Amino acid sequence: MLTRRQVLLGATGSAVGGLVLPRLGLAAAPVTPGVPTGTAGEAILEALPGKKPLIKLSYRPPNYETPVQYFKDVLTPNDAFFVRYHLSTIPELDAKSWRVKVGGEAATTPAEYSLDDLKRGFEQVEIVAVNQCSGNRRGLSQPHVQGVEWGYGAMGNARWKGVRLKDVLAKAGVKKEAIEVAFNGADEGASDKTPDFIKSVPIWRALEDSTMIVYEMNGQPLPHFNGFPARVVVPGWTGTYWMKHVVAINVLSKPQGGFWMNPAYRIPTGKFPLVDRFITQETDVNTPITEMVVNSLITAPVNGQKVKAGQAVEVKGIAWDGGYGIQSVEVSTDGGASWRPATLGQDLGRYSFRPWSHRFTPGAGKHMVMAKATNRQGATQTTTLVFNPAGYHNNVIQKVEITAA
Amino acid sequence: MRHLLLVAALATLAAPGLVSPAAADEAQIKLKDGPGKEAVETNCAGCHSLDYIPMNSPFLDRGKWDATIKKMIGPLGAPIDAKDVPAILDYLAKNYGSS
Repeated sequence: MLTRRQVLLGATGSAVGGLVLPRLGLAAAPVTPGVPTGTAGEAILEALPGKKPLIKLSYRPPNYETPVQYFKDVLTPNDAFFVRYHLSTIPELDAKSWRVKVGGEAATTPAEYSLDDLKRGFEQVEIVAVNQCSGNRRGLSQPHVQGVEWGYGAMGNARWKGVRLKDVLAKAGVKKEAIEVAFNGADEGASDKTPDFIKSVPIWRALEDSTMIVYEMNGQPLPHFNGFPARVVVPGWTGTYWMKHVVAINVLSKPQGGFWMNPAYRIPTGKFPLVDRFITQETDVNTPITEMVVNSLITAPVNGQKVKAGQAVEVKGIAWDGGYGIQSVEVSTDGGASWRPATLGQDLGRYSFRPWSHRFTPGAGKHMVMAKATNRQGATQTTTLVFNPAGYHNNVIQKVEITAA
Repeated sequence: MRHLLLVAALATLAAPGLVSPAAADEAQIKLKDGPGKEAVETNCAGCHSLDYIPMNSPFLDRGKWDATIKKMIGPLGAPIDAKDVPAILDYLAKNYGSS
Protein backbone atom coordinates (compact mmCIF):
# COMPACT_ATOMS: atom_id res chain seq x y z
CA MET A 1 0.00 0.00 0.00
CA LEU A 2 1.17 3.44 -0.80
CA THR A 3 1.84 5.60 2.20
CA ARG A 4 0.54 9.12 2.15
CA ARG A 5 4.10 10.36 2.06
CA GLN A 6 4.74 8.48 -1.18
CA VAL A 7 1.59 9.92 -2.65
CA LEU A 8 2.73 13.36 -1.65
CA LEU A 9 6.24 12.93 -2.91
CA GLY A 10 4.93 11.69 -6.22
CA ALA A 11 2.93 14.83 -6.67
CA THR A 12 4.29 18.13 -7.80
CA GLY A 13 2.68 21.45 -8.35
CA SER A 14 2.65 22.69 -11.89
CA ALA A 15 1.90 25.99 -13.48
CA VAL A 16 0.70 26.00 -17.07
CA GLY A 17 0.14 29.22 -18.92
CA GLY A 18 -0.30 31.14 -15.70
CA LEU A 19 -2.88 28.71 -14.34
CA VAL A 20 -1.92 27.18 -11.05
CA LEU A 21 -3.05 23.58 -10.94
CA PRO A 22 -3.52 21.66 -7.71
CA ARG A 23 -0.94 18.99 -7.13
CA LEU A 24 -2.01 15.57 -8.29
CA GLY A 25 -3.16 13.26 -5.56
CA LEU A 26 -3.91 16.04 -3.13
CA ALA A 27 -7.37 17.26 -2.35
CA ALA A 28 -7.81 20.60 -4.05
CA ALA A 29 -8.59 23.09 -1.35
CA PRO A 30 -11.74 25.17 -1.79
CA VAL A 31 -9.87 28.46 -1.47
CA THR A 32 -11.75 31.73 -1.65
CA PRO A 33 -11.70 33.31 -5.11
CA GLY A 34 -9.32 36.27 -5.08
CA VAL A 35 -6.55 34.94 -2.84
CA PRO A 36 -3.01 35.18 -4.30
CA THR A 37 -2.24 32.62 -7.00
CA GLY A 38 0.65 31.32 -4.90
CA THR A 39 -1.74 30.70 -2.02
CA ALA A 40 -4.20 28.88 -4.24
CA GLY A 41 -1.40 26.72 -5.63
CA GLU A 42 0.00 25.76 -2.24
CA ALA A 43 -3.15 25.30 -0.15
CA ILE A 44 -4.42 21.76 0.31
CA LEU A 45 -7.20 20.12 2.27
CA GLU A 46 -5.61 18.37 5.19
CA ALA A 47 -6.64 17.19 8.64
CA LEU A 48 -4.75 17.97 11.81
CA PRO A 49 -5.18 15.38 14.60
CA GLY A 50 -8.71 15.71 15.93
CA LYS A 51 -9.80 17.89 13.03
CA LYS A 52 -11.65 17.41 9.75
CA PRO A 53 -9.75 18.27 6.58
CA LEU A 54 -9.39 22.05 6.55
CA ILE A 55 -7.66 24.42 4.14
CA LYS A 56 -4.00 24.17 5.08
CA LEU A 57 -2.28 27.50 4.52
CA SER A 58 0.83 26.75 6.58
CA TYR A 59 2.04 23.70 8.49
CA ARG A 60 4.30 25.31 11.08
CA PRO A 61 3.00 27.24 12.84
CA PRO A 62 -0.30 25.62 11.86
CA ASN A 63 -2.74 27.88 10.06
CA TYR A 64 -5.82 26.06 8.76
CA GLU A 65 -8.95 27.69 7.42
CA THR A 66 -12.55 26.46 7.72
CA PRO A 67 -14.19 25.67 4.34
CA VAL A 68 -17.32 27.77 3.76
CA GLN A 69 -19.61 24.71 3.80
CA TYR A 70 -19.31 24.55 7.60
CA PHE A 71 -20.86 27.99 8.00
CA LYS A 72 -24.23 26.57 6.99
CA ASP A 73 -24.62 25.78 10.69
CA VAL A 74 -24.89 28.70 13.07
CA LEU A 75 -22.44 27.00 15.46
CA THR A 76 -19.20 25.92 13.84
CA PRO A 77 -18.29 22.30 14.68
CA ASN A 78 -15.22 22.01 16.90
CA ASP A 79 -13.50 19.66 14.47
CA ALA A 80 -13.98 22.14 11.61
CA PHE A 81 -13.06 25.25 13.60
CA PHE A 82 -10.14 27.22 12.10
CA VAL A 83 -6.64 27.01 13.56
CA ARG A 84 -4.30 29.97 13.87
CA TYR A 85 -0.90 30.16 15.59
CA HIS A 86 1.96 32.64 15.54
CA LEU A 87 4.58 30.47 17.20
CA SER A 88 5.79 27.03 16.21
CA THR A 89 6.25 25.27 19.53
CA ILE A 90 2.84 24.28 20.84
CA PRO A 91 2.94 22.07 23.93
CA GLU A 92 0.25 19.47 24.48
CA LEU A 93 -0.96 20.52 27.90
CA ASP A 94 -2.30 18.18 30.54
CA ALA A 95 -5.62 19.30 32.00
CA LYS A 96 -4.74 18.02 35.49
CA SER A 97 -1.41 19.77 35.82
CA TRP A 98 -2.39 22.94 33.93
CA ARG A 99 -2.38 26.13 36.02
CA VAL A 100 -3.03 29.76 35.23
CA LYS A 101 -1.16 32.40 37.23
CA VAL A 102 -3.05 35.60 37.90
CA GLY A 103 -1.05 38.56 39.12
CA GLY A 104 0.93 41.51 37.80
CA GLU A 105 2.14 44.73 39.36
CA ALA A 106 -1.39 46.15 39.52
CA ALA A 107 -2.87 43.17 41.39
CA THR A 108 -2.81 43.01 45.18
CA THR A 109 -3.25 39.27 45.65
CA PRO A 110 -1.60 37.02 43.05
CA ALA A 111 -3.07 33.55 42.76
CA GLU A 112 -2.79 30.36 40.76
CA TYR A 113 -5.72 28.26 39.60
CA SER A 114 -6.25 24.75 38.29
CA LEU A 115 -9.24 23.91 36.10
CA ASP A 116 -11.06 22.53 39.14
CA ASP A 117 -10.28 25.70 41.09
CA LEU A 118 -11.88 27.80 38.37
CA LYS A 119 -14.94 25.56 38.09
CA ARG A 120 -15.50 25.40 41.86
CA GLY A 121 -14.42 28.88 42.81
CA PHE A 122 -16.37 30.97 40.32
CA GLU A 123 -19.79 31.08 38.70
CA GLN A 124 -19.76 29.12 35.43
CA VAL A 125 -21.30 30.95 32.52
CA GLU A 126 -21.85 30.40 28.79
CA ILE A 127 -21.79 32.72 25.83
CA VAL A 128 -22.13 32.21 22.09
CA ALA A 129 -19.53 34.30 20.31
CA VAL A 130 -17.73 34.62 17.00
CA ASN A 131 -13.99 34.07 17.08
CA GLN A 132 -12.61 35.76 13.98
CA CYS A 133 -8.97 36.26 13.12
CA SER A 134 -8.06 39.93 12.59
CA GLY A 135 -6.69 38.90 9.21
CA ASN A 136 -9.75 37.04 7.98
CA ARG A 137 -10.07 37.80 4.21
CA ARG A 138 -6.55 39.28 4.14
CA GLY A 139 -5.97 37.22 1.00
CA LEU A 140 -8.61 39.28 -0.78
CA SER A 141 -6.81 42.56 -0.18
CA GLN A 142 -5.96 44.52 -3.34
CA PRO A 143 -3.11 45.03 -3.65
CA HIS A 144 -2.22 41.83 -1.79
CA VAL A 145 -0.47 42.30 1.51
CA GLN A 146 1.87 40.00 3.38
CA GLY A 147 0.72 37.57 6.02
CA VAL A 148 -1.32 34.41 6.28
CA GLU A 149 -3.49 34.69 3.18
CA TRP A 150 -6.88 33.87 4.65
CA GLY A 151 -10.02 33.67 2.55
CA TYR A 152 -13.46 33.60 4.16
CA GLY A 153 -12.80 30.93 6.76
CA ALA A 154 -10.55 32.32 9.51
CA MET A 155 -13.53 32.46 11.82
CA GLY A 156 -16.02 30.34 13.70
CA ASN A 157 -18.92 30.65 16.10
CA ALA A 158 -19.15 28.57 19.28
CA ARG A 159 -20.86 28.28 22.61
CA TRP A 160 -18.09 28.92 25.14
CA LYS A 161 -18.29 27.87 28.76
CA GLY A 162 -16.09 29.09 31.55
CA VAL A 163 -15.78 31.81 34.16
CA ARG A 164 -15.87 35.59 33.94
CA LEU A 165 -12.43 37.15 33.90
CA LYS A 166 -13.74 39.97 36.08
CA ASP A 167 -14.60 37.50 38.85
CA VAL A 168 -11.09 36.05 38.74
CA LEU A 169 -9.58 39.55 38.68
CA ALA A 170 -11.72 40.60 41.65
CA LYS A 171 -9.99 37.91 43.73
CA ALA A 172 -6.62 39.12 42.48
CA GLY A 173 -7.43 42.61 43.72
CA VAL A 174 -7.24 45.16 40.90
CA LYS A 175 -5.37 48.27 42.04
CA LYS A 176 -6.62 51.68 40.97
CA GLU A 177 -3.56 52.22 38.74
CA ALA A 178 -4.44 49.21 36.57
CA ILE A 179 -4.71 50.15 32.87
CA GLU A 180 -4.39 46.86 30.97
CA VAL A 181 -4.64 43.11 31.52
CA ALA A 182 -2.14 40.95 29.62
CA PHE A 183 -2.49 37.30 28.57
CA ASN A 184 0.26 34.81 27.81
CA GLY A 185 -0.16 31.32 26.38
CA ALA A 186 2.07 28.26 26.65
CA ASP A 187 3.20 28.38 23.01
CA GLU A 188 6.72 29.56 22.17
CA GLY A 189 8.79 30.51 19.17
CA ALA A 190 11.23 28.11 17.55
CA SER A 191 14.04 30.55 18.30
CA ASP A 192 14.44 31.81 21.84
CA LYS A 193 14.83 35.30 20.36
CA THR A 194 11.36 35.20 18.83
CA PRO A 195 9.12 37.50 20.85
CA ASP A 196 6.63 35.63 22.99
CA PHE A 197 3.01 36.05 21.94
CA ILE A 198 1.61 38.25 24.71
CA LYS A 199 -1.54 40.33 24.24
CA SER A 200 -3.24 42.82 26.48
CA VAL A 201 -6.68 44.42 26.58
CA PRO A 202 -7.72 47.65 28.28
CA ILE A 203 -8.76 47.17 31.92
CA TRP A 204 -12.36 48.16 31.11
CA ARG A 205 -12.59 45.42 28.48
CA ALA A 206 -11.11 42.82 30.88
CA LEU A 207 -13.79 43.74 33.42
CA GLU A 208 -16.77 43.42 31.05
CA ASP A 209 -19.16 40.56 31.79
CA SER A 210 -18.55 38.89 28.43
CA THR A 211 -14.75 38.55 28.76
CA MET A 212 -14.04 35.05 30.02
CA ILE A 213 -11.58 32.26 30.67
CA VAL A 214 -13.21 29.26 28.97
CA TYR A 215 -12.60 25.52 29.01
CA GLU A 216 -15.52 24.24 26.94
CA MET A 217 -16.53 24.84 23.37
CA ASN A 218 -19.90 23.61 22.11
CA GLY A 219 -20.25 21.36 25.16
CA GLN A 220 -16.85 19.69 24.77
CA PRO A 221 -13.39 20.40 26.15
CA LEU A 222 -11.53 22.82 23.87
CA PRO A 223 -9.75 21.02 21.02
CA HIS A 224 -5.98 21.09 21.40
CA PHE A 225 -5.63 23.36 18.37
CA ASN A 226 -8.19 25.81 19.76
CA GLY A 227 -6.44 26.32 23.08
CA PHE A 228 -6.87 23.27 25.34
CA PRO A 229 -7.34 23.25 28.25
CA ALA A 230 -8.32 26.91 28.64
CA ARG A 231 -8.31 30.10 26.63
CA VAL A 232 -9.45 33.67 26.92
CA VAL A 233 -12.50 34.83 24.96
CA VAL A 234 -13.13 38.51 24.28
CA PRO A 235 -16.50 38.48 22.50
CA GLY A 236 -16.84 41.17 19.85
CA TRP A 237 -13.10 41.70 19.55
CA THR A 238 -10.90 39.97 16.99
CA GLY A 239 -9.21 36.67 17.77
CA THR A 240 -5.77 38.11 18.53
CA TYR A 241 -6.88 38.77 22.12
CA TRP A 242 -8.42 35.30 22.62
CA MET A 243 -5.27 33.78 24.10
CA LYS A 244 -5.08 30.02 23.64
CA HIS A 245 -3.47 27.68 26.24
CA VAL A 246 -3.52 30.64 28.62
CA VAL A 247 -1.05 30.26 31.51
CA ALA A 248 -0.54 33.83 32.75
CA ILE A 249 -2.86 36.79 33.29
CA ASN A 250 -1.24 39.99 34.52
CA VAL A 251 -2.86 43.23 35.63
CA LEU A 252 -0.62 46.06 34.42
CA SER A 253 -0.04 49.67 35.41
CA LYS A 254 2.00 50.32 32.25
CA PRO A 255 1.14 49.52 28.61
CA GLN A 256 2.12 46.03 27.46
CA GLY A 257 5.03 46.20 25.01
CA GLY A 258 6.37 43.71 22.51
CA PHE A 259 6.15 42.98 18.80
CA TRP A 260 2.64 41.52 18.94
CA MET A 261 1.21 44.71 20.47
CA ASN A 262 3.16 47.09 18.25
CA PRO A 263 3.81 47.05 15.29
CA ALA A 264 1.60 43.95 14.91
CA TYR A 265 -2.20 44.07 14.98
CA ARG A 266 -2.48 47.77 14.26
CA ILE A 267 -4.92 49.70 12.09
CA PRO A 268 -4.56 53.26 10.86
CA THR A 269 -6.15 55.62 13.39
CA GLY A 270 -9.55 56.90 12.35
CA LYS A 271 -9.93 54.81 9.20
CA PHE A 272 -12.66 52.45 10.42
CA PRO A 273 -16.00 53.28 12.02
CA LEU A 274 -15.19 51.57 15.31
CA VAL A 275 -16.48 52.40 18.76
CA ASP A 276 -14.06 50.64 21.12
CA ARG A 277 -10.75 52.40 21.63
CA PHE A 278 -7.59 51.09 23.23
CA ILE A 279 -6.31 54.45 24.38
CA THR A 280 -3.26 53.33 26.35
CA GLN A 281 -1.84 51.79 23.15
CA GLU A 282 -2.82 54.45 20.63
CA THR A 283 -0.24 56.47 18.70
CA ASP A 284 -0.69 59.36 16.27
CA VAL A 285 -0.65 57.02 13.29
CA ASN A 286 -2.16 53.75 14.42
CA THR A 287 -4.09 51.95 17.09
CA PRO A 288 -4.66 48.31 18.08
CA ILE A 289 -7.42 46.51 16.25
CA THR A 290 -10.42 46.14 18.56
CA GLU A 291 -13.95 45.06 17.72
CA MET A 292 -14.94 43.32 14.49
CA VAL A 293 -16.59 45.33 11.75
CA VAL A 294 -20.08 44.31 10.63
CA ASN A 295 -19.90 41.61 7.99
CA SER A 296 -21.79 38.81 6.24
CA LEU A 297 -21.10 35.67 4.27
CA ILE A 298 -23.25 34.02 1.60
CA THR A 299 -23.15 30.25 2.16
CA ALA A 300 -25.61 29.36 -0.63
CA PRO A 301 -25.72 29.53 -3.58
CA VAL A 302 -22.03 29.28 -4.39
CA ASN A 303 -20.21 31.25 -7.05
CA GLY A 304 -20.75 29.75 -10.50
CA GLN A 305 -23.70 27.63 -9.43
CA LYS A 306 -26.24 26.68 -12.10
CA VAL A 307 -29.91 26.81 -11.13
CA LYS A 308 -33.21 26.33 -12.90
CA ALA A 309 -34.86 29.41 -14.33
CA GLY A 310 -38.32 30.02 -12.91
CA GLN A 311 -37.65 28.01 -9.74
CA ALA A 312 -37.14 29.60 -6.35
CA VAL A 313 -33.56 29.82 -5.10
CA GLU A 314 -32.84 30.26 -1.43
CA VAL A 315 -30.01 32.68 -0.73
CA LYS A 316 -28.61 31.92 2.73
CA GLY A 317 -25.84 33.05 4.94
CA ILE A 318 -24.66 34.48 8.22
CA ALA A 319 -23.98 37.97 9.55
CA TRP A 320 -22.02 39.19 12.57
CA ASP A 321 -20.41 42.27 14.04
CA GLY A 322 -18.46 43.53 17.03
CA GLY A 323 -21.17 42.66 19.52
CA TYR A 324 -23.84 45.28 18.96
CA GLY A 325 -26.02 42.74 17.17
CA ILE A 326 -27.33 42.46 13.64
CA GLN A 327 -30.16 44.83 12.80
CA SER A 328 -30.86 43.74 9.24
CA VAL A 329 -29.46 41.93 6.22
CA GLU A 330 -30.39 42.97 2.70
CA VAL A 331 -29.96 40.85 -0.40
CA SER A 332 -29.53 42.00 -3.97
CA THR A 333 -30.00 39.61 -6.88
CA ASP A 334 -29.25 42.20 -9.56
CA GLY A 335 -25.70 43.22 -8.77
CA GLY A 336 -26.61 45.87 -6.23
CA ALA A 337 -29.23 47.79 -8.23
CA SER A 338 -31.98 46.88 -5.79
CA TRP A 339 -32.04 45.39 -2.29
CA ARG A 340 -34.63 43.33 -0.40
CA PRO A 341 -34.67 42.55 3.30
CA ALA A 342 -33.62 39.01 4.21
CA THR A 343 -35.37 37.07 6.96
CA LEU A 344 -33.21 36.84 10.06
CA GLY A 345 -32.94 33.39 11.70
CA GLN A 346 -32.14 32.03 15.13
CA ASP A 347 -30.85 34.64 17.58
CA LEU A 348 -28.14 33.20 19.83
CA GLY A 349 -27.13 36.56 21.20
CA ARG A 350 -25.45 39.69 19.97
CA TYR A 351 -21.98 38.16 19.75
CA SER A 352 -23.11 35.20 17.62
CA PHE A 353 -23.42 34.57 13.90
CA ARG A 354 -26.96 35.51 12.87
CA PRO A 355 -28.35 33.29 10.11
CA TRP A 356 -30.44 34.87 7.37
CA SER A 357 -32.19 33.77 4.20
CA HIS A 358 -33.99 35.20 1.19
CA ARG A 359 -35.86 33.47 -1.63
CA PHE A 360 -36.03 34.71 -5.17
CA THR A 361 -37.03 33.25 -8.51
CA PRO A 362 -34.46 33.92 -11.21
CA GLY A 363 -35.30 34.33 -14.87
CA ALA A 364 -32.97 32.81 -17.44
CA GLY A 365 -29.51 34.35 -17.44
CA LYS A 366 -26.76 35.40 -15.08
CA HIS A 367 -27.56 36.90 -11.70
CA MET A 368 -25.21 38.67 -9.33
CA VAL A 369 -26.22 37.88 -5.74
CA MET A 370 -24.98 40.13 -2.94
CA ALA A 371 -25.65 40.49 0.78
CA LYS A 372 -25.20 43.47 3.07
CA ALA A 373 -25.54 43.43 6.85
CA THR A 374 -26.24 46.40 9.10
CA ASN A 375 -25.71 46.33 12.86
CA ARG A 376 -27.63 48.02 15.66
CA GLN A 377 -25.17 50.92 15.58
CA GLY A 378 -26.24 51.58 11.99
CA ALA A 379 -22.84 50.52 10.65
CA THR A 380 -22.94 48.58 7.40
CA GLN A 381 -20.57 46.88 4.96
CA THR A 382 -18.41 48.70 2.47
CA THR A 383 -18.64 48.50 -1.32
CA THR A 384 -14.94 49.22 -1.79
CA LEU A 385 -12.02 47.94 0.24
CA VAL A 386 -10.73 50.14 3.04
CA PHE A 387 -7.11 49.33 2.32
CA ASN A 388 -4.72 49.00 5.25
CA PRO A 389 -1.22 47.51 5.34
CA ALA A 390 -2.12 44.39 7.34
CA GLY A 391 -5.30 43.56 5.42
CA TYR A 392 -7.62 43.80 8.43
CA HIS A 393 -11.35 44.51 8.62
CA ASN A 394 -12.25 43.43 5.10
CA ASN A 395 -16.04 43.66 4.99
CA VAL A 396 -16.44 44.37 1.30
CA ILE A 397 -19.86 43.22 0.11
CA GLN A 398 -19.48 39.74 -1.37
CA LYS A 399 -20.60 38.92 -4.91
CA VAL A 400 -21.80 35.47 -6.01
CA GLU A 401 -22.67 34.94 -9.65
CA ILE A 402 -25.15 32.24 -10.57
CA THR A 403 -26.62 31.19 -13.91
CA ALA A 404 -30.27 30.23 -14.35
CA ALA A 405 -31.28 28.17 -17.37
CA MET B 1 -8.88 5.82 -1.00
CA ARG B 2 -7.67 9.25 -0.09
CA HIS B 3 -9.57 8.97 3.15
CA LEU B 4 -7.81 5.74 4.01
CA LEU B 5 -4.47 7.31 3.27
CA LEU B 6 -5.30 10.23 5.49
CA VAL B 7 -6.33 7.94 8.32
CA ALA B 8 -3.10 5.99 8.00
CA ALA B 9 -1.08 9.17 7.99
CA LEU B 10 -2.87 10.56 10.99
CA ALA B 11 -2.31 7.39 12.97
CA THR B 12 1.41 7.90 12.45
CA LEU B 13 1.24 11.59 13.22
CA ALA B 14 -0.56 11.04 16.49
CA ALA B 15 2.54 9.38 17.97
CA PRO B 16 3.08 10.58 21.55
CA GLY B 17 5.69 13.22 22.16
CA LEU B 18 5.44 14.72 18.69
CA VAL B 19 5.07 18.40 19.42
CA SER B 20 4.27 19.56 15.93
CA PRO B 21 2.32 16.84 14.14
CA ALA B 22 2.16 18.91 10.97
CA ALA B 23 5.93 18.88 10.62
CA ALA B 24 5.83 15.38 9.16
CA ASP B 25 3.96 16.65 6.11
CA GLU B 26 6.30 19.50 5.36
CA ALA B 27 8.35 17.23 3.15
CA GLN B 28 5.74 17.70 0.44
CA ILE B 29 6.48 21.42 0.14
CA LYS B 30 8.56 21.86 -3.00
CA LEU B 31 10.13 25.23 -3.52
CA LYS B 32 11.22 26.17 -7.04
CA ASP B 33 14.73 25.09 -8.00
CA GLY B 34 17.27 27.83 -8.38
CA PRO B 35 20.36 29.44 -6.87
CA GLY B 36 19.79 30.29 -3.23
CA LYS B 37 17.18 27.63 -2.58
CA GLU B 38 19.42 25.80 -0.14
CA ALA B 39 20.14 29.03 1.77
CA VAL B 40 16.39 29.60 2.04
CA GLU B 41 15.71 26.07 3.24
CA THR B 42 18.53 26.16 5.78
CA ASN B 43 17.74 29.56 7.24
CA CYS B 44 13.96 29.86 7.03
CA ALA B 45 12.73 26.36 7.87
CA GLY B 46 14.21 26.51 11.36
CA CYS B 47 11.38 28.73 12.51
CA HIS B 48 8.52 28.13 10.06
CA SER B 49 7.38 25.82 7.30
CA LEU B 50 8.39 26.87 3.81
CA ASP B 51 4.82 27.08 2.51
CA TYR B 52 4.80 30.65 3.87
CA ILE B 53 6.90 31.59 0.82
CA PRO B 54 4.63 30.43 -2.05
CA MET B 55 1.58 31.51 0.00
CA ASN B 56 2.95 35.06 -0.07
CA SER B 57 3.50 35.08 -3.82
CA PRO B 58 3.81 36.47 -6.38
CA PHE B 59 3.01 39.95 -5.17
CA LEU B 60 6.03 41.11 -3.13
CA ASP B 61 8.68 43.05 -5.02
CA ARG B 62 12.37 42.86 -4.19
CA GLY B 63 12.10 45.72 -1.69
CA LYS B 64 9.28 44.00 0.17
CA TRP B 65 11.10 40.66 0.28
CA ASP B 66 14.13 42.56 1.60
CA ALA B 67 11.95 44.17 4.28
CA THR B 68 10.55 40.74 5.14
CA ILE B 69 14.00 39.27 5.69
CA LYS B 70 14.93 42.28 7.84
CA LYS B 71 11.74 41.84 9.89
CA MET B 72 12.57 38.17 10.46
CA ILE B 73 16.13 38.95 11.57
CA GLY B 74 15.23 42.06 13.59
CA PRO B 75 12.00 42.06 15.59
CA LEU B 76 11.30 38.35 15.11
CA GLY B 77 14.80 37.26 16.14
CA ALA B 78 15.48 34.75 13.36
CA PRO B 79 18.99 33.25 13.50
CA ILE B 80 19.72 33.91 9.81
CA ASP B 81 23.35 33.76 8.76
CA ALA B 82 24.25 37.27 7.52
CA LYS B 83 26.35 35.94 4.68
CA ASP B 84 23.34 34.05 3.32
CA VAL B 85 21.08 37.10 3.15
CA PRO B 86 21.98 38.22 -0.42
CA ALA B 87 21.36 34.72 -1.79
CA ILE B 88 18.05 34.44 0.09
CA LEU B 89 16.87 37.80 -1.22
CA ASP B 90 17.87 37.01 -4.80
CA TYR B 91 16.11 33.68 -4.66
CA LEU B 92 12.87 35.05 -3.20
CA ALA B 93 12.74 38.06 -5.53
CA LYS B 94 13.44 35.95 -8.61
CA ASN B 95 11.23 32.95 -7.86
CA TYR B 96 8.47 34.34 -5.67
CA GLY B 97 8.51 38.06 -6.39
CA SER B 98 6.31 40.31 -8.46
CA SER B 99 8.09 41.19 -11.65
